[in-house]
Amino acid sequence: MQRYWDEPLSWTNAGIFTLGAVAVLAVVIVFVTYAIYFERKVIGWMQFRKGPNRVGPFGLLQTVADVAKLLLKEDVIPAKADRALFILAPALAFVPSFAVLAIIPYGMNLQFADVNVGFLYYVALSGVTTISVVIAGWASNNKYALLGGMRSGAQMISYEVPLVLSVVGVAMMTGSLNLREIVQAQEGYFWNWNFLPQIIGFGVFIVSALAELNRTPFDLPEAESELVAGYHVEYSGFRFAFFMLAEYVYLYAIACLTTLLFLGGWNPPLPQLDFIPGIVWFILKFLFIVFSVFWIRATFPRLRVDQLMGMAWKVLVPLAILNILVTAAGIQWFGWGG
Amino acid sequence: MTTRTEELLLNVGPQHPSTHGVLRIVVKLDGEIVTEAEPVTGYLHRGTEKLAESLNYTQIIPYTDRMDYVSAMTNNYVLCYAVEKMMGIEVPERAQFLRLIAMELQRIASHLVWWGTYLLDIGALSPFLFAFNDRERILQLFNELCGARLTYNYMRIGGVKWDAPEGWIDRVKQFVKDMKSHLDEYHNLVSGNEIFLSRVKGVGAYDARTAIEYGLSGPNLRCTGVKWDLRKNEPYCIYDRFEFDVPVGKNGDCYDRYYVRMEEIRQSLRILEQALEQFPPEGETMGKVPRVIRPPVGEVFVRIESPRGELGCYIVSRGKAEPYRLKFRRPSFVNLQILPKLLVGESMTNLVTILGSIDIVLGEVDG
Repeated sequence: MQRYWDEPLSWTNAGIFTLGAVAVLAVVIVFVTYAIYFERKVIGWMQFRKGPNRVGPFGLLQTVADVAKLLLKEDVIPAKADRALFILAPALAFVPSFAVLAIIPYGMNLQFADVNVGFLYYVALSGVTTISVVIAGWASNNKYALLGGMRSGAQMISYEVPLVLSVVGVAMMTGSLNLREIVQAQEGYFWNWNFLPQIIGFGVFIVSALAELNRTPFDLPEAESELVAGYHVEYSGFRFAFFMLAEYVYLYAIACLTTLLFLGGWNPPLPQLDFIPGIVWFILKFLFIVFSVFWIRATFPRLRVDQLMGMAWKVLVPLAILNILVTAAGIQWFGWGG
Repeated sequence: MTTRTEELLLNVGPQHPSTHGVLRIVVKLDGEIVTEAEPVTGYLHRGTEKLAESLNYTQIIPYTDRMDYVSAMTNNYVLCYAVEKMMGIEVPERAQFLRLIAMELQRIASHLVWWGTYLLDIGALSPFLFAFNDRERILQLFNELCGARLTYNYMRIGGVKWDAPEGWIDRVKQFVKDMKSHLDEYHNLVSGNEIFLSRVKGVGAYDARTAIEYGLSGPNLRCTGVKWDLRKNEPYCIYDRFEFDVPVGKNGDCYDRYYVRMEEIRQSLRILEQALEQFPPEGETMGKVPRVIRPPVGEVFVRIESPRGELGCYIVSRGKAEPYRLKFRRPSFVNLQILPKLLVGESMTNLVTILGSIDIVLGEVDG
């Protein structure tokens, strides 16, 4: 892809960019479809249930049927809602979630855009989604939605701080925010990967990422038992589908990021396994993260809103700062990183 | 422009996933902090007590099923017990055992429903399904016993309607054995979880004095350390023949209520084990009962320990086949009264935690 970025814009490379974007979108849509299926199957398995098994072979078409249902539903906008904002919010949630995927490298040469400040780009764009959640909560003109939107705003802003701080250690060791270069710096086998020297950062990153994704045990914004469904309580049909889509696309993005930043990207774990192509390793690590997220959902209860804030500011931020200190010491005295 | 803050009036329920039915709570919120809460009940009121005045005693039994529909066996029992006490009817040994086994199984089933839904309120999905898996086995046993899964109509004045089918006692024995190990698994999964503990420890606490003043009973009273269990203190049925402990808490918070209920499952299993060992191999299941049940003129009040607390039944008879007045002391209704006091100053999240820990069944609250 890089070649086309360097050329001046013409009809040809505009077409190629569009095709590339459509390809990424297709991959993501297929991922979301089967991530939902996988989630339901995994959780069903953990709860002695069968999960979806009626639509298509092994229930493989269940999500397709669900999406079709959502798309065909009547488009309901509450009478007292703020119409313009109500319509804007789902789009605002989805667009950045998809845009962040542009920078993710799947292999040495398999990347849509090679951005120098890749991680920063991710953080900046994903922050926009927070706004959409607050807008959705406000525009619905529903008290539950408002509470959910406010919680969500507070949560996502708070957890972005430890999320970014936890990656600073990786950036210091690599000397770059470019995701491809971060993986290149982890060249080698599992003892070369970042999760070992950056174990504190890795832990903080995983916890903050779960909170950013609004997933158990941090699923407060949509805490069903208290707020009915949180900020999207008034949404139905395809607008609701957009929120769901955004959520799962972020799951995809976070799983990719974890793989790239801490688990060595497409590098095989052991020298004996070199013959397996890098993309397979990438997918395996990625699926492991996705599976773990579902696993956590089946296991843990939910935190309380004040505990959630306390955890971000009193536990995760100090830990992330400690990690930066340790990394700096490691680079200075033990020659970590390049 | 001057900014102005005002309290948010939020209507929780009657359709809300965590009010466990059709309870409505009108809460005033300052941000997310509750400043005032008022439970509104009556959405499921069917007038059981009034209806009973035009029914004969046997006909009332199915109505009691529908009060606390999570624990129908104990409701059946309290009515039969009251009438039997009034008329001095002797219940045969085998029927007594069947009643006791049914009631203790019901207590386990009821506490399992509570456990599952409580964890669901707190945000954990899986315990709900685990609990319902075990409860399903109990329902299956009841189904074999009386042909119904929820509203059993099993007990009759003077005994029980059906004898235990072939091999039923062995299946109950097997269930008790399995349930014991499952209970340990449940403790492993939930009871030590840091997130769970931080959600329930110290939340919704009250002391023994407050509990007694509000008339609380059952686990809601025992969580404060008051050792009061009617099965021990005023034994009915044949509870005085078995050995069991009365688990009590100390701090009166949500965790202690959780702990007391979980321990009660263990004690119920203990009672069941002994009862199944001593189960008489044969005998009558119905005592000698006149064809038309006409209790003598007078009144009676009996109370038993239902899974939710003290379930009382008060009957005034004028010597007719129908009661002149029938009144149930419904523990859910009484226990609910402390809710407004507990909720003030708590967040919306704790509202759900506290309401869940009181363990109400709306069929019983509304009567």
